[in-house]
Amino acid sequence: MSIELSMRVEDKLFNNRYLVDTGRPHIKVRPHAKPSPQLLSMLKACPARCYELSEQGQVEATVDGCIECGTCRIICEESGDIEWSYPRGGYGVLFKFG
Amino acid sequence: MIEEKFDAIVVGAGMAGNAAALTMAEGGMKVLQLERGEYSGSKNVQGAILYADMLEKLVPDFREDAPLERHLVEQRFWMMDDRSHTGLHYRSEDFNEEKPNRYTIIRAQFDKWFSQKVREAGATVLCETTVTDLARDSHGKVIGVRTDRRDGEIHADIVVLAEGVNGMLGTRAGLRQRPKPEKVALAVKEMHFLPREVIETRFNLKGDEGVVIEAVGTISRGMTGMGFIYANKECISLGIGCLVADFQRTGETPYGLLDRFKRHPSVAPLIAGSEVKEYSAHLIPEGGFKAIPELYGKGWVVIGDAAQLNNTIHREGSNLAMTSGRIAAETILQIKSRNQPMTPQNLSLYKKMLDESFVIKDLRKYKDMPALMHTRSQNFFLTYPQLVSKAMQNFLRVDGTPKIEKEKLTLRSFTKTRSRRGLFGDAFRLVRAWR
Repeated sequence: MSIELSMRVEDKLFNNRYLVDTGRPHIKVRPHAKPSPQLLSMLKACPARCYELSEQGQVEATVDGCIECGTCRIICEESGDIEWSYPRGGYGVLFKFG
Repeated sequence: MIEEKFDAIVVGAGMAGNAAALTMAEGGMKVLQLERGEYSGSKNVQGAILYADMLEKLVPDFREDAPLERHLVEQRFWMMDDRSHTGLHYRSEDFNEEKPNRYTIIRAQFDKWFSQKVREAGATVLCETTVTDLARDSHGKVIGVRTDRRDGEIHADIVVLAEGVNGMLGTRAGLRQRPKPEKVALAVKEMHFLPREVIETRFNLKGDEGVVIEAVGTISRGMTGMGFIYANKECISLGIGCLVADFQRTGETPYGLLDRFKRHPSVAPLIAGSEVKEYSAHLIPEGGFKAIPELYGKGWVVIGDAAQLNNTIHREGSNLAMTSGRIAAETILQIKSRNQPMTPQNLSLYKKMLDESFVIKDLRKYKDMPALMHTRSQNFFLTYPQLVSKAMQNFLRVDGTPKIEKEKLTLRSFTKTRSRRGLFGDAFRLVRAWR
């Protein structure tokens, strides 16, 4: 029996369709020296693993694979850690099935 | 292109937005619907189950051409521990009826069809357009919207906010608060493709019969959450969701939960050999009755997920969305027919009608359930499933232990783990919240 055992999010996102708005990310992380607990929680909570820790210890977002769920907005917008807006019309994830 | 003024602008083309746009357009209003996706449905995610009754009220003959997957004849509820599940299944030939009650659907395809109905009714549907702000006059009345398409404003007598659970316009404009992490769940889902016959064999189905599996237990690692498996014609929708606050607290990953759910010995054989064609995620309003915001104001109403209208206990959302959209639209049509302005006083009819419908009646019935489920998630989602599983195995395994001893063992495992007081307390709270 073949069971897909992959834990790699990249493999999951690979099946999705996107129209990336190059140079205009719809989520921006506020520059910081030390990340807040909210920002740190996004390293795990983001279902597309858009958030990563840089070598200098800051949380960075790469939103090309974002599936626009809004979890980071719910967790991080109030504290001002991120700026969240929807991608421009037509851009972002394009669900075939939804 | 859009210099003229509209009677109504609908923001969003999900279930709620389409229901509202369709109803108003059929009522003769000049409607503009704005959608940020490349087509209506391309940003929408749901399990998904469609409830026929609520759609019939909008498109009575929808069965003729709507892209439906399977009509549901069976519901399976599973309580899971790591190696087992205890199931409560209901299957009935009564569900094989001329006009079935529930269907599985694939939202991107269904919404495209729904949007076509909206266009046929005469509404203008503009896709690939993100609404950025509400336009207001000096008295704070909403008079239209601004979009990312062009400079300037598009005006209307009323703006219908159907922008979804993560709606930004309403919160940006101070009409409602951003949902709290304790009041929304994050669900992730995959679409697993298999040949039709394989799905029918594995799920014991014939023709277009369908089945739903909903599962709670150790799969959510003690968090408030639920897994689901829906049989479509040629694919299986499989996903799991938990409260955002729980993800935040535990550091569990959504994709980790999903993959663990897929590997569960009760689940793996159902999807073996499948090809995954999409991975999606979406928030689900979980706050219930107590999380419903202001539903109307000067020149605006809010409907569907944006208004947090979701019945967590029965896993119903799209029908509340369709119904709130229809009722809001009917209110607007009434006000319009009397040539009256879209004031809060006139729009309060929307809330009154919604209060009298199943939407608010159901949410009010379960108003205490979210708090109960969210604060005692360890007991309901971890401890009890494990205890039940142990009890079932003890009941079924024949090993020479006298039955009376077995029963004592089971009872003791419950009282030892939760104490008599804890057990009665949980039962009491559950019954009280359910009533």
